[in-house]
Amino acid sequence: MRTPSLLRPGAAALLLSLAAVTTPALASPVGAAQQVVNVSPTGPVRSIRQALTMVARGGTIIVHPGVYSDTTIVVSLPVTIMGEKYPVLDGDGVRQIMTVTADSVTVRGIAFRNVGVAFTEDLAAIKVVRARYCSISDNRIDNGFFGIYLQEAQYCAVVCNVIRGTHASDATSGNGIHLWHSRDIVIQGNRVSGHRDGIYFEFVRATHVHDNISMGNLRYGLHFMFSDSCDYEGNTFRHNGAGVAVMYTHNVRMVGNHFTDNTGSAAYGLLLKEISDSELRDNIFSGNTSGLYADGATRLNAHHNTFINNGWALKLQSSTEDATFTANNFAGNTFDVSTNSRSANSTFRGNYWSEYQGYDLNRDGVGDVPYRPVRLTSVVVARYEPALILLRSNFLLLMDAAERVLPALTPETLADSAPAMRWVK
Amino acid sequence: MNTMMKVLKYQARDAIRSRWLIAYALFFLVVTDALLRFSGDPVKAQLSLVSIVLFVVPLVAIVFGTVYLYNAREFVELILAQPVDRRQTYCGLYLGLTLPLIVTFVVGLALPFVLNGLDALAWGRLAALLVAGTVLTCVFTAIATSIAVKCEDRLRGLGAAIGVWLLVTIVYDGFVLLVLAVLSDYPLERATLGLMMANPIDIARVGLLLRFDGAAMMGYTGAVFLKFFSGSAGMVVATLALTAWIIAPIAFGVRVFQRKDF
Amino acid sequence: MKRPLLQIMNVCKRFGAMDILRSVDLTVAAGRVLAIVGPNGAGKTTLIKSVLGLTRPDAGRITLMSTDVLGANAYRASIGYMPQIARFPENLTGAELIAMLKDLRGPTALLDTELIDCFGLEQALDKPLRVLSGGTRQKVNAAMAFLFSPELLILDEPTAGLDPLSSSVLKDKILVERGAGKTIMVTSHIMNELEELADDVAFMVDGRLAFSGTLDDLKRVTAQTTMERAVAAMMLRDCAEAA
Repeated sequence: MRTPSLLRPGAAALLLSLAAVTTPALASPVGAAQQVVNVSPTGPVRSIRQALTMVARGGTIIVHPGVYSDTTIVVSLPVTIMGEKYPVLDGDGVRQIMTVTADSVTVRGIAFRNVGVAFTEDLAAIKVVRARYCSISDNRIDNGFFGIYLQEAQYCAVVCNVIRGTHASDATSGNGIHLWHSRDIVIQGNRVSGHRDGIYFEFVRATHVHDNISMGNLRYGLHFMFSDSCDYEGNTFRHNGAGVAVMYTHNVRMVGNHFTDNTGSAAYGLLLKEISDSELRDNIFSGNTSGLYADGATRLNAHHNTFINNGWALKLQSSTEDATFTANNFAGNTFDVSTNSRSANSTFRGNYWSEYQGYDLNRDGVGDVPYRPVRLTSVVVARYEPALILLRSNFLLLMDAAERVLPALTPETLADSAPAMRWVK
Repeated sequence: MNTMMKVLKYQARDAIRSRWLIAYALFFLVVTDALLRFSGDPVKAQLSLVSIVLFVVPLVAIVFGTVYLYNAREFVELILAQPVDRRQTYCGLYLGLTLPLIVTFVVGLALPFVLNGLDALAWGRLAALLVAGTVLTCVFTAIATSIAVKCEDRLRGLGAAIGVWLLVTIVYDGFVLLVLAVLSDYPLERATLGLMMANPIDIARVGLLLRFDGAAMMGYTGAVFLKFFSGSAGMVVATLALTAWIIAPIAFGVRVFQRKDF
Repeated sequence: MKRPLLQIMNVCKRFGAMDILRSVDLTVAAGRVLAIVGPNGAGKTTLIKSVLGLTRPDAGRITLMSTDVLGANAYRASIGYMPQIARFPENLTGAELIAMLKDLRGPTALLDTELIDCFGLEQALDKPLRVLSGGTRQKVNAAMAFLFSPELLILDEPTAGLDPLSSSVLKDKILVERGAGKTIMVTSHIMNELEELADDVAFMVDGRLAFSGTLDDLKRVTAQTTMERAVAAMMLRDCAEAA
């Protein structure tokens, strides 16, 4: 899963040979724009800023190994900036490192570090402002305030970058990949850790988030709001302070993602708030305090997901309407489903529940008695939080058993009428 | 080899051959094997075993222990008619009762898993179950031994044993829940933890929760709980409390035993 | 009286509101057989258990070979005890039980296995005690009491449950041991049997020692010719006194 960008290794070699051909030109005074400009700490061109004044539109700047510390680099013409063996661009902890304002800019193979921290301005390692067709790939960003920041960008690719924050506090930490008012972006194969939010979207459209790993971030691994018609596939969100939050959005498609080990009282594998017409499929929720928290998730269609070893596999708020859960697997969760109301307006059917104790007399693979996934214990715990410590106590088991016979507090209608006897593949 | 070890040696030989202990081992063998077979999933089987262990092990330890020691009364007299020290004899009797129970429990529970094969997670959880069952056995045979020496009347003794078991297994947790519900407006974190530490079954249960329901336990909003569950402080406190639950009945039993007339 | 082996001085014991032993004074001479007799509940077993340290007297002293026994343990190495009820751990074999006693007593010079041989117990010792008959268990019980050739033998109803043959084997053994200078304390309900054995008689009633002396003294005092008659006369006299 390497970069699909314009620059494949063959192309890079071609550019390098071009660079070799044009090198003698560097000796001459700056005149006509050059197709390739080499930057190195010991060469004639010692900064990218200087190279940008020399390079032709659509040309290439090759940055050789070294540490470069300069004022913010503003890229205002279409150009490819390519690092060799990860040259370091250092922001000295005081400034934004690169601002891209032109279309068709490619930045790859560069190590950014030490972005400035500001409270009035979102300083980033790379900020793209009102530009199109940019490609940011294979970069390493360490100790960025914000990592890669796309503001009103379109048709860009952010691919295979490794972005590592330093885990300070919420206030001194920005987001790893931050998109604002952007559309048609591909975010793929990036690794983000140690930021406030790993990946953050606000007012984004038609964007694809594939195969990224976002872990160990202070707040959310992925956080998006008002971002319709985006899809998320094959990502891993692990061990983030609050998991993943998806809010105020329509038509979200989330497929084959892993939501893992997000623990804490306010941590969710996936938090859905005011979401409508969305699909969750083939995702794995494991080891989260709350696997999926649905608050106002209207017409959510969740199927073939696996919930395993979570505290609460599913927390359904009563504001969630017409959600359907079919052919999911629920195994080894402390609580399968909890809800804050006795009336159920979601449908469960054909799910596998490891806690199911029913039977299947006609051997059709479907349990003959409905499974009611809300246990009295979860109702008790919802009301008196410290009672969680009485979990699996024989007293609560007795109460659970009594409640199962004569439901008084648990939602009667919330039941899987056709529970699967076996794990759903 | 001192008196304690000698008494232990022969009493354990007797106890381990008892029909009841063989039945006890078979019970866990059958239940564990059935759970593994029907669920086809070691983790699921272990989850069911949490409740079974917490329920059955204290019951068997306290009832079997009390009955066994009442039946061994003449045997104890025979031992005490020899040149032996009573304190050591008591400890020997206690261990001679406890170790066979532990061995049968461990074999009965672990064997099906061992034969079935396990992954790392399941091994850790099996170990937690075995430790919890072992410690509970130690606690409840300690209580059984002290009841058997304290109460002359075996019917009353058996009643006391079952009463203690009901109290710590079911009634106590109901009481705690009641307290939590009635005083729900007050910060009860510390008090709740304290209440848990005062009941050996709750300590064992909370220990198992950390293994089996770690994700849920992290859902506490209270910092005291989180600190207790995520740090080593909780482990230390729980270990101390359990040790106290073993030592205190033994100390009491030894005192009674030293003054007892046969 | 000869050299005293065991001295019981002013021993009292109460269980709740009941006085079981009321200031009992008794001296047991070495090399003799003392029969302790009396009605049920007279305190015979409690007296024996006090000597063994199984019961702690409320007051008084007991010395064995001039050493205080109260609170001590080591002296019991000189005592062989045959309890009234032979109920042992049912899953152990007789051999294991004997091995345990050996372990508990530590190394001893010579073991007296005569009773095991005479009773023909070798086979039975390898079986769990649970499968043995009551009589066989009682034989094992007796054999264990004599096993360590103790200075003092305390036998509580030793012939109860034994067939006549075994009973006489045991009585012969008691007499042999007396001949070897050992001291024997024995309780029984069967006076004829005690008559064969006893040199001295301690008659207890209601926690008191009503008579203590030689068998001949007892007969003389009561003007009877058999021990059974003599004891019966003592009991009658005691009832009359009480009335």
